[in-house]
Amino acid sequence: MTWSLMDKCCDRCWHSPEYPCRHYIRCRLNGPLCHEDPECRKKRENRLREIMYGKYGFKIKVPMASCTIAAGAREVYDAVIKEVKSRGIRVDVRKTGCMGMCYIDPWIELVKEGMPAAIYANVKPEDIPKIIKEYLEGDVSGAFALRYRTGKAKGEDKVPLLEELEPWKNQVRWVSRNCGIVDPESIEEYIALGGYRGLDRALNMKPEEVIEEIRKSGLRGRGGAGFPTWLKWKIAREQPGDVKYIIMNADEGDPGAFMNRLLAESDPHRVLEGMIIAAYAIGASKGFIFVRAEKPLMAERLAKAVEQARKYGLLGENILGRGFSFDVEVILSAGAFVCGEETALIAAIEGRTSPRQRPPYPATRGLWGKPTIINNVETLAHVATIMAEGWEKFVKYGTEKTKGTKMFCVTGSVKRTGAYEVPVGTTIEKLVMEIAGGPPEGRKVKAVQIGGPSGGCIPASLLSTPIDYETLQKAGAIMGSGGIVVIDDHSCMVDVAKFFTSFTVAESCGKCFPCRIGMKILYDTLEKITNGEGTEEDIEILEELGDVIRSSSLCALGGTAPNPVLSTLRYFKDEYLAHVRDKRCPAKVCTRLVEYWINPEKCTGCGTCAKNCPANAITGEPGKKYVIDPSKCIRCGRCYITCPVGAVEKR
Amino acid sequence: MVPHAMHEVPPESITKVVSGIVTRYHGEKRHLMRMLQEIQAVYGYLPREALEELSRLTGIPLVDILTVATFYHQFKLERPGYYIILVCMGTACHLKGNLDNYEAMRSFLGLGKYEKTAKDGTVTIEKARCFGACSLAPVVMVVSRDGKERYLHGHVTLQEARRIVAKYRALALRKMRGEK
Repeated sequence: MTWSLMDKCCDRCWHSPEYPCRHYIRCRLNGPLCHEDPECRKKRENRLREIMYGKYGFKIKVPMASCTIAAGAREVYDAVIKEVKSRGIRVDVRKTGCMGMCYIDPWIELVKEGMPAAIYANVKPEDIPKIIKEYLEGDVSGAFALRYRTGKAKGEDKVPLLEELEPWKNQVRWVSRNCGIVDPESIEEYIALGGYRGLDRALNMKPEEVIEEIRKSGLRGRGGAGFPTWLKWKIAREQPGDVKYIIMNADEGDPGAFMNRLLAESDPHRVLEGMIIAAYAIGASKGFIFVRAEKPLMAERLAKAVEQARKYGLLGENILGRGFSFDVEVILSAGAFVCGEETALIAAIEGRTSPRQRPPYPATRGLWGKPTIINNVETLAHVATIMAEGWEKFVKYGTEKTKGTKMFCVTGSVKRTGAYEVPVGTTIEKLVMEIAGGPPEGRKVKAVQIGGPSGGCIPASLLSTPIDYETLQKAGAIMGSGGIVVIDDHSCMVDVAKFFTSFTVAESCGKCFPCRIGMKILYDTLEKITNGEGTEEDIEILEELGDVIRSSSLCALGGTAPNPVLSTLRYFKDEYLAHVRDKRCPAKVCTRLVEYWINPEKCTGCGTCAKNCPANAITGEPGKKYVIDPSKCIRCGRCYITCPVGAVEKR
Repeated sequence: MVPHAMHEVPPESITKVVSGIVTRYHGEKRHLMRMLQEIQAVYGYLPREALEELSRLTGIPLVDILTVATFYHQFKLERPGYYIILVCMGTACHLKGNLDNYEAMRSFLGLGKYEKTAKDGTVTIEKARCFGACSLAPVVMVVSRDGKERYLHGHVTLQEARRIVAKYRALALRKMRGEK
């Protein structure tokens, strides 16, 4: 094992998890603080340089997060290792996290001392030898972007800097600053980049002062509802009793939202640091990380971060010698959307199901009846950053009511899908059209869906709305965890509403009947409409019932579940009417309301469609063109999904 | 002959496995979810006998165990195929046609309305919740029953959906023969 920044420089340093030193964190960068020794100092400085540029002054970074691995990063990593070994190149190949620009996945970054740090986009394993060779020859003209210029490499002027790129320059990377830069499995790198300074500072303050600092920052919960974080903490702090708990909600279940996964996979120590600070503020001695089993890498990275923090005394007894003890357990969630609701989440940890009536709120009576704080991943990452940087820097961004930045995942019909961090109050238009690049050529934005199944659809005409908790609520959506799905003119709004309703029907816990039965009726009514059997009365039922469910459900899941239906009804009533009155789906999505035909130019005459047609509506002979008889067609769509060459089309 | 019959697990091994897990968690009800997760990690699903054994050893009524086991998506009460093909039903995937992919896969295997697993026990096709890989939508994830293998396919078209089923079915057949 090589000496790491986390270890003692020599025997004069007495820090160990058993006898923690209060200056441990500061000492990592500015040390040694307990004794003066030029040699120890040199050792540390050398190690910091190694972290920057690798042992040999040359480093290749490959992002390893679920999204980049899915895009082929593992194959790229293997190709890099193979190339480096076979050519005997002296280089450190390191893993890093995801920087949120999913559309360039998988990317790699080459950093050599004296050379610009170059990022290559959409890399394939077979490109690797060429990329490395060119870079070592001092040519970066093939790169996608540079982090900085040195003026020494060929083709530097032709490649843009990362911060000149549209999706980058409009962002404020506050909480995601390390994503794609730090090695998520190395506590040493996190500390070299200034990590755990926030914890160090917090432990020097009284818990009340920490709460006050967060109050001044104006941080609101980033999980959806926007409750002031400090107030939650204060309530829990003021409860009598010694046993209090903190839970990190990493059970991200909103379809279309992955900022928490991205943060926890790419910079897990920041999230953990925020959790330790929060525990100190409320006086908790035990914490739980509740993480979704479907996101295994996130669970793995968080567990590894906990293990490392424990090893170096940042978790456990007497943290940093300040008399504060705290430990964390990682619990795998078994997956239920309702667990986003605080009381349901607590039930899951206790081995039960379903939410309960609030109040009492978990801050007074939570896990096993004790005061419990539940904060989501992004909120805790903000806590760590605010404590390190100070509230003054945080309040520079944001709006009157909501300070700071928020991460948004922009997906659906856009050119540059990804997770972007912008100040609260940025307009939807800027986020969708400028940062994410708008829809592909030839398509038009029809609506954006914000906030997942509890959120709503905002029409293109309201794209200039600034994103904030209150403004979105007024427009009929919610901030939620920040998933934004862009819907273009190829999608049917009734179908979108039906999709979200089917989601909440499946996820309703069944405890209270407005949600259990009401949502099912909403779904059945939507199904009727998309099948072309709806009447105008059905539309009234949707409106009325939606209102009832909203006001009478037990928990927030039911209380927000009708939002997708109500918001589409509000802005896209004409589409509902087209389904009901004209029996027509304007976007040609609803199977029963479109006409199928076989494009003779594509048909190969294989006969698969005719074999699968349950109504015998398709005629033809093998080897020749097949034809659908519209009068016999029952519009089940089986020919469409079974055609091996995609010759069956909708019109 | 079906290469891997849907046989039930021999009961004595269940007693051993479950009692080991119960001892580790002291049979406490608050650890119910973790005990179930461990049982599923062993068998790839929750065999009925294991749940009955768990109830007997911990004193937790079987109905309470089943409440938890049926409430959370992760738990399976039926033995899945060698590979489980998870078709993402997130918003982005839905808009880009993953429901069609799902139906295409099912019709490729000739599954009946309530069937999820191919008759030869090779693959199971399920709808799944968002994986958070929305930039690759529509996405299909394939996991092996023992949880050791995990593959992700992005930008799946109708044609590819069928190819994916065929590929993993063939792979499963080969592995199941090797298992015997």
